[in-house]
Amino acid sequence: MILTNIETIPGKTIVKHYGLVSGNTIRAKHIGRDIMAGFKNIFGGELKGYTELLEESRNEAVSRMVDQAKSVGANAVVNVRFSTSAIAQGAAELYAYGTAVSVE
Amino acid sequence: MDVLIPLLLLVLVGYVVGTWIETQHFKNIRERERRTRNLPALTMKLPLASTQVSDVTLVSGSVVVSVDYFKRFVMSLIQLVGGRISSYETLMDRARREAQLRMKEQAMQWGATSIVNLRMETSTIANQNKKNNLGTVEVLAYGTAIKARSL
Repeated sequence: MILTNIETIPGKTIVKHYGLVSGNTIRAKHIGRDIMAGFKNIFGGELKGYTELLEESRNEAVSRMVDQAKSVGANAVVNVRFSTSAIAQGAAELYAYGTAVSVE
Repeated sequence: MDVLIPLLLLVLVGYVVGTWIETQHFKNIRERERRTRNLPALTMKLPLASTQVSDVTLVSGSVVVSVDYFKRFVMSLIQLVGGRISSYETLMDRARREAQLRMKEQAMQWGATSIVNLRMETSTIANQNKKNNLGTVEVLAYGTAIKARSL
């Protein structure tokens, strides 16, 4: 599965479009991480727990998108976009979407 | 008065530790930027027409950073009169550069020769404690890594 965030795959030609594929995940931070982040808020700097959490969630959203693309018979996803939204306090939605295509 | 002392203490600790962490971080960023200098990351959609592309993949890097208590305190003072908040500018600068570096390091590991269509996204992370909302941001940098055939 080839993923790009441009409209084409350089060096290959798109032979078929399958339309939109997407994957999302909503994650809440667990309380331990939140307390630790609260401490780190005093000193500033990177909040590693959150970075990891968001990274994991984003990977999950991407893998769901890839699964969907596989199920329609695509071998690549072009024009992948990410979006993050805080839907509730302490929870965030990670969303990845793109166009499933077949390339040769 | 009893309320003021812990607050001032937090501000002081935030200033000392926060400034130290920031200086270290910038030093680290500069060094890694030197190491990744020969991997160009472009915001153009497509690689140069002369590039012989052999492989592409999506790369990304993200980071969550927060400001220290001192900067938050300064911010609340500046908000009274308005104006430029330079302490938050360095925060965003750090976050963006760090996210870009992580993306580049991932691309280098994969063996990329360049990155095209670099995009950045910023989102604020809400804390359960509404008061601490200000100053925690996530920056995501992503792009398409290109492996060019050597001529």
